[in-house]
Amino acid sequence: MAQELIRMEHISKSFPGVKALSDVSFQLNAGEVHALVGENGAGKSTLMKVLTGVYAKDEGRIFLHGKEVDIRGVRDSQRLGIVMIHQELNLMNHLTVAQNIFIGREERRALFFLNDAALNRRARELFERLRVDIDPTVPVGSLTVAKQQMVEIAKALSYNSEVLIMDEPTAALTDNEIEDLFRVIRMLRAEGKGIIHISHRLEELKQISDRITVMRDGGYVATVDTAQAQTNQIISMMVGREIFITRSERAAPQNAPVALEVKNLNAGRMVRDVSFKVHKGEILGIAGLVGAGRTETARAIFGADPLESGEIFVHGQRLNIRTPKDAVRAGIAYLSEDRKRYGLMLGLSVQTNTSIAAMKRFLRAGFFLSDAREEQNMRKMIDELSIKTPSTHQLTRFLSGGNQQKVVLAKWLTRNCDVLIFDEPTRGIDVGAKNEIYKLLDRLAAEGKAIIMISSELPEIIRVSNRVVVMCEGRITGEVKGDEIDQTTIMRYATMREAQAIGGE
Amino acid sequence: MKSVKSKAVAQKLIILSVLVVMFVFFAIMRSGFASYLNVMTIALSTCVNGLLALGVTFCITTAGIDLSIGTTMTFSCVMSGIAFNNWGFPIWLAIIFGFIVGGFCGLTSGFAVAKMKLPPFIATLAMQMVTEGLSLVVSGIRPVYFTNAPGYQDIALGGFLGIDGFYNAFVLFVVGVIIAWVLYSRTLLGRYTKAIGSNEEAARLSGINTEKWKMLVYMVSGLFSAFAGLIMSSRLGSAQPQLGAGYESEAIAAAVIGGTSMSGGEGSIIGTVIGAFIISVLTNGLRSMAVSTEWQTVVTGLVLAGAVYFDLLRKRGKAA
Repeated sequence: MAQELIRMEHISKSFPGVKALSDVSFQLNAGEVHALVGENGAGKSTLMKVLTGVYAKDEGRIFLHGKEVDIRGVRDSQRLGIVMIHQELNLMNHLTVAQNIFIGREERRALFFLNDAALNRRARELFERLRVDIDPTVPVGSLTVAKQQMVEIAKALSYNSEVLIMDEPTAALTDNEIEDLFRVIRMLRAEGKGIIHISHRLEELKQISDRITVMRDGGYVATVDTAQAQTNQIISMMVGREIFITRSERAAPQNAPVALEVKNLNAGRMVRDVSFKVHKGEILGIAGLVGAGRTETARAIFGADPLESGEIFVHGQRLNIRTPKDAVRAGIAYLSEDRKRYGLMLGLSVQTNTSIAAMKRFLRAGFFLSDAREEQNMRKMIDELSIKTPSTHQLTRFLSGGNQQKVVLAKWLTRNCDVLIFDEPTRGIDVGAKNEIYKLLDRLAAEGKAIIMISSELPEIIRVSNRVVVMCEGRITGEVKGDEIDQTTIMRYATMREAQAIGGE
Repeated sequence: MKSVKSKAVAQKLIILSVLVVMFVFFAIMRSGFASYLNVMTIALSTCVNGLLALGVTFCITTAGIDLSIGTTMTFSCVMSGIAFNNWGFPIWLAIIFGFIVGGFCGLTSGFAVAKMKLPPFIATLAMQMVTEGLSLVVSGIRPVYFTNAPGYQDIALGGFLGIDGFYNAFVLFVVGVIIAWVLYSRTLLGRYTKAIGSNEEAARLSGINTEKWKMLVYMVSGLFSAFAGLIMSSRLGSAQPQLGAGYESEAIAAAVIGGTSMSGGEGSIIGTVIGAFIISVLTNGLRSMAVSTEWQTVVTGLVLAGAVYFDLLRKRGKAA
């Protein structure tokens, strides 16, 4: 029997009006990677915030090495060797790597003067131990996300932590970076540390975790050994029902007119000689690994980044798109992967967000805003897209990720856009809501919209697309359609480098 | 990797060369501009604004602001004068009392910002109005003279080591710069100032008592205001209760021209000093060319906008 590090028993926690955790138990051994999965709102983060003292528990007990502990704040948990690495990394971009790692524990000379040389030396030792190459004297803001994460890990180790909690650590990493992260995680596991890994990516958990605990609706569902677990089984435990990844039944449209065609687009290093077409009523998937140039292509089409050369045709007409405004006027909408940053005004109502791109439609006498007209349109959108909101004046911030995504979509539909470019439409959205988004995409296509969907999740691409173009290093390396769409074919194209792609043609 | 640091140096070199170019321009246009006496006049006129700017650099680096620096400056030297004239404090104690008043005003702003969670703009705007009003109340809207303190004017206007025209005020300013630089670059206060401005939540989660350090930051600003008040009242031989409001804008301009980011996290003491000199050289030079005060203000405003715009361009270039 492995040595037990943490045991949480019968933990309950309520917020005003919400029971966030009810009678949850969780156990972590030394030398174990324990995955914690569940839909958004299942209570994973709340449970971990109880463990790290961010929230005070209402009921239940926490044991460390078999002894009950009282954790009242982040400082308590840090002292006990429990550290959480949040998804939004908690680093200070303007400070150097070493200054970040030892923040709050600076070494001083003569009680008053900082001794950065000592911090740099100690940081260097940490990185040597992790076998990662990071210069402790550079500002954290100049590092890649992956390296920033390593800084967080080094920071956690500098507290001599035994328990490391990682919240969606791979969400923003490329495949190579994920490999490196996993190498470090395995190394820490071999040193006898306990790692709690919160993730949505079930495939990845199969590689890295020893056990998986599933939570649902604030409650504990089950803990299984990863080696014996089936992906479908875990998903069904998460959602409480079986979900199968099946292809869309909607057939590709026959002889439909071309809605958008791009020819020989070039924009920087990431968009090189890109050409493709999308027909009305069709969903075109753009697959590829992170950094393949898919988002850059979308941004170039949308006029968000300058185009060096190439032609764009919308409904057969050649257009000169220089700014997003030109694109929107042509009926092209781009739904960014980072909706909170680029798509929504979270502090404003869902109604305002929906109307904002087509305000002129809601003017009376060409001057006065008509709340009634806006509301009428909003109600129509709520019905059509089944947006779950208590009222049209609800602040967008309070909606779930899936419903926020629908509000962005409502905005573009209100603007009558008929070429919709979705960039990672289900990122950060839980499994149940994902299915709803897929159905919505199907329906929009059936209504004659032309849809481009950029996604890093192959099952998603396979499920939704009529046709898939695959990108690698800024070029289109292949196109698959209909029954040819499968993971191996797509992955083969996605890893096809320039020389091969040219040779293959 | 090295380029990150060299860019920070490059930024300082750029504003330094702006200062030099401006100086050379005025020296060519007006023959007396580069004279020893005029340079010393410029240095003297930089002291008050420079000290205010040093203090506010700390606040801006936390992504905050201190609008009360000008009126706190006035209030602290008025109180110092009252303590000397009316309460019979010896002059050295009255001067220390002025610093206590300035520090207390800053600490109060800091309390409002850190504990009461008022936006810094509002908290320090309130402090500006409070100290402005109090200065007028306690002084009866009359200047508070230091005529009974022999040598008080020498604190600012005496010649350092007897050198003619080399004012003590400038030496005191250099002392202030060194104190600010050590605090900003070599102590926990400076480190946490930058940490809070860069990512306050991260700093808090790292176990830093962010509320305490923010209060201290505003206290530092108040202390530098009191320092400026000492120089100001010594130069004039009196504390003028009606001065003060408006001084904050030039000080903030100096810090921002010097490269301190209004969004927090980065800044530099040396930059602020250069920024303060840029404003003085500009004002002095324009005056020597017989440009009216009103137009001087217009030009200073344009320089401020231009400096920040070029800084943005430079950063955008870095991002690409």
